[in-house]
Amino acid sequence: MPKDHGIGASSKRREDVRFLTGKGVYTDDMAMQGQVHAVMVRSTVAHGKIVSIDTSGALEMPGVLAVFTGEDFVEVGGNPAGWLIHSRNGEPMREPKRPVLAHGKVRHVGDAYAAVIAETYAQAKDAAEAVAAAAQIAELPAIIDMKTAVADSSNRVHDEIPDNVCFDWGWVEDNRAAVDAAMKAAPHVTTLELVNNRLVPNAIEPRASIGEYFPGTGNYKLTTTSQNPHMTQLLISAFVLGIPEHKLTVVAPDVGGGFGSKIYHYGEEALVLAASKKLGRPVAWTAERSESFLSDAHGRDHVTKIEVGATLDGEILAFRTETLANVGAYLSNFATVTPTFLHGTVMAGPYKVPHVYVNLKTVFTNTAPVDAYRGAGRPEATYSLERVVDKMARELKLDPIEVRRKNLLTPDQFPYTTPVAVIYDTGNYQATLEKSLELADYDGFGARAADSAKRGKLRGIGLSTWVEACGLAPSHLVGVLGARVGLYDAATVRVNATGSLSVMVGAHSHGQGHETVFAQIVADKLGIPEENIDIVHGDTSKVPFGMGTYGSRSLAVCGSAVTKAVDKIIAKGKKIAAHMLEAAEGDIVFENGSFSVAGTDKSKSFGEIAFSAYVPHNYPLETLEPGLEETAFYDPGNFTYPAGAYLCEVEVDPETGKVEVVNFTCADDFGNVMNPMIVEGQVHGGVAQGIGQAIIEQTSYDADGQLLSGSYMEYAMPRADDMPMFTVDHSCVTPCTHNPLGAKGCGEAGAIGSPPAVVNAVIDALQRGGYTHVTHVDMPLTPSRVWQAMQG
Amino acid sequence: MYNFEFTKPTTIADAVAALKADEAQALGGGQTLLPTMKQRLAAPSSLVSLTAIPEMQGVCMSDANEVCVGGATPHASVAIHAATMFPALAALANRIGDPAVRNRGTVGGSLANNDPSACYPAAALGTGATIKTNTREIAADDYFQGMFTTALEDGEIITEVRFPVPEKANYQKFVQPASRFALVGVFVAKYADGARVAVTGASSDGVFRWAEAEAALSADFSAGALAGLAVPGGDMISDLHGSGEYRAHLVKVMTGRAVTAAA
Repeated sequence: MPKDHGIGASSKRREDVRFLTGKGVYTDDMAMQGQVHAVMVRSTVAHGKIVSIDTSGALEMPGVLAVFTGEDFVEVGGNPAGWLIHSRNGEPMREPKRPVLAHGKVRHVGDAYAAVIAETYAQAKDAAEAVAAAAQIAELPAIIDMKTAVADSSNRVHDEIPDNVCFDWGWVEDNRAAVDAAMKAAPHVTTLELVNNRLVPNAIEPRASIGEYFPGTGNYKLTTTSQNPHMTQLLISAFVLGIPEHKLTVVAPDVGGGFGSKIYHYGEEALVLAASKKLGRPVAWTAERSESFLSDAHGRDHVTKIEVGATLDGEILAFRTETLANVGAYLSNFATVTPTFLHGTVMAGPYKVPHVYVNLKTVFTNTAPVDAYRGAGRPEATYSLERVVDKMARELKLDPIEVRRKNLLTPDQFPYTTPVAVIYDTGNYQATLEKSLELADYDGFGARAADSAKRGKLRGIGLSTWVEACGLAPSHLVGVLGARVGLYDAATVRVNATGSLSVMVGAHSHGQGHETVFAQIVADKLGIPEENIDIVHGDTSKVPFGMGTYGSRSLAVCGSAVTKAVDKIIAKGKKIAAHMLEAAEGDIVFENGSFSVAGTDKSKSFGEIAFSAYVPHNYPLETLEPGLEETAFYDPGNFTYPAGAYLCEVEVDPETGKVEVVNFTCADDFGNVMNPMIVEGQVHGGVAQGIGQAIIEQTSYDADGQLLSGSYMEYAMPRADDMPMFTVDHSCVTPCTHNPLGAKGCGEAGAIGSPPAVVNAVIDALQRGGYTHVTHVDMPLTPSRVWQAMQG
Repeated sequence: MYNFEFTKPTTIADAVAALKADEAQALGGGQTLLPTMKQRLAAPSSLVSLTAIPEMQGVCMSDANEVCVGGATPHASVAIHAATMFPALAALANRIGDPAVRNRGTVGGSLANNDPSACYPAAALGTGATIKTNTREIAADDYFQGMFTTALEDGEIITEVRFPVPEKANYQKFVQPASRFALVGVFVAKYADGARVAVTGASSDGVFRWAEAEAALSADFSAGALAGLAVPGGDMISDLHGSGEYRAHLVKVMTGRAVTAAA
């Protein structure tokens, strides 16, 4: 019988009550006393020299309090990249300063070069139009296409970077010669050139920030849409504005989705803080949806050539890739790690492959910055691998499933050191593959295809077997790789005098369900009801220093910190119980929520221990402190490696090229699962985003750098009726070997594993339907693209 | 959005008078106009809402076997009340936008705007509807004059649209994946004196009749009758979502499907 509470129970998401009844409190819902409004003035050209910005007219307009330009921030620092990457030749990456407001040049459509502060939003909006009208910006040629950007040094996004390349990276560079030799010697080489399409994150809540300055104390407070408030605090303090951390509080209240785009610190956050100090008033800014399209960090945007060397019976001998990765106009905070260590380190996939080499250049263009988006690097790797392995199987006339069976790592090979320098601790890739085939009724495909054919449709089936590295991340390892931060997380468990608990966590919840799951973990370990526990997050003045939520890390890393802190509470509780029960500490046993003396009926409940901790009338104070509150930091020993097998079935309408995803089956190994319902929801959401990327989401800049898909009229978001009913399974479990929960993480899996399954299924449908010349179609597989490919 | 005056008259006469004001603009359901104003791309000085005029509301049958739809009738109302009178028209109305759009957007608003991807122009042209205004009656064939352009004069209000009920009809919409407007929409109707085929979404001239298909279907109302016909491709829209060649191809496919579904 399923559990009804604690670890493993599908406890209902407690946060959903407020989210679904309009009781959530988001940044834009807050109206601070005396608040005034900021509107950003954004470039309408992709690349231009700022000749002059005449703000005098705007300053005369009703309600206008101030106009800021890049000039106001030349003395302050820049927003840095979080990782320092070195090129193959040993040189450090080129790292242009990212200013609060553009100065000297504007570098993409939507680049903010001024900000207007006024009493009302409408007044600020009117004055922003006046600033734009009075600004002289001399348009320069736009640099949009990556191949052109690299080849043509006459046009530069940043004047000091001649070839627009941030770095030219090899992973692992020492593998290069051996991989080249293996490829040369391979009996068969399959080559595939593909595009991993650019995506706009489209969180339901646009970015918003409120800056407050308190002259009485000299303190600042930033309320903002952030996935990791402590990192935003650190960046503003240490790099951008120099406000000391003890004078700056960052609060991320309810946040309506992020998918990566709200990990980063953005210029608007610094602007509202600086403006609030200058004006002595709280300053609020909320993005309009069109601003989100233009200025949120986008995702993906790789152009890749991948080769696989294989024997004629499909044994994989080597992978080699060459990629151009777009970073847009400026380096966003994770822009340098996403295409490198979150991508290259999983380029061996789930395969026993002796030789892998990844070469990647990151390229500046006059487009919005590109950074981590759900999956972040790992979807790019998985898509390349699973497409080229499928193509190889087809070229060799082998069953793609048999090719996987032949090459997947086997359970006895773990722990396994890959050629791209990570150690998979555990896994059972056969189990998830066979489970997916069973759940998808793979053997019944022929009958379903025949039924589709009767209705004039081409049916295809596509497989993706994937592994990801998440649970970011072991500090000892990432420090060697170039991270400028550690990647631990932290939790404080405060037992209140009446036995209820406040648990302060470093991870931030913006839809994931932390408030439910962390309470389940604590309740399970302490044997107390979940409703006695409150989870506090998103406020740097309340919670211990955490590294936020991304990279499927919250449970594996912060959940482990919570577990460690609870262990400390139990240890302290035993000391208190030993005192109260007049027994030796070593004789105290904690079970089912009570502390007892082993072998006796003497016991104290958790509540009695808590009360005693705060009413310590007869404590031996030399050996026992009052209070019951513990903090733990947890730094993981390794990445975690969730893995799985996804099967997608599609129907293609041969007359229109329209692709319909009709079945989607996921067999995942997430290690131990805390709340099955939430895990299934995470997989549904991830797969929906993956299907969106695969068939409809299309970000398109024209040659002048105008974003053609800058609204929902042109940018297609996946909707419920684009989706089939999902079959989701997580019964194949190999617990993570190095964290106390045995958990691996599930947040990104769906978005990582699904795109290649969809594309493989479409290619399969076309091949079976006689369109044998179609071996690849670039995402998104819109009707017109599929139809065009079918025309040959 | 800029500031504007707002009036909501209850008679056509009052609405016509209100629209004489400088830079006044009629407001139907506002499903195009209001987003445009929000983005500051339109700035009428006053809006005259047409949704409170009782004689511009509702769906009924005329003695001449026409479905008569009041100009300010929302799509959702047409979907319900025309369901037995003219199922193909009701089905078209029921697939415009989403429930919120269908409960605000009006037939008059759609036809007055004449968006090249809108559905109603295909129904009006495909049935040879009569567009009745406060001053005259306009045949659909004379009404549509290119993308966002119609025979309406300044201040002229569509008070009613009369759709002759065909023997058979069907509308096939192939949606643009983002907006879910028609990438190509084809309305096919069979009358005693011949077939009509109206195409929306495809042409940069807006909705148009496919004459060759009409001739072929008038002789033989079956999908097979379209074999060998080519869709005139010269004015087809090319954009992110499909080339002109693709749209021309879709016109033929959707016409065939509409004929099959209608037959």
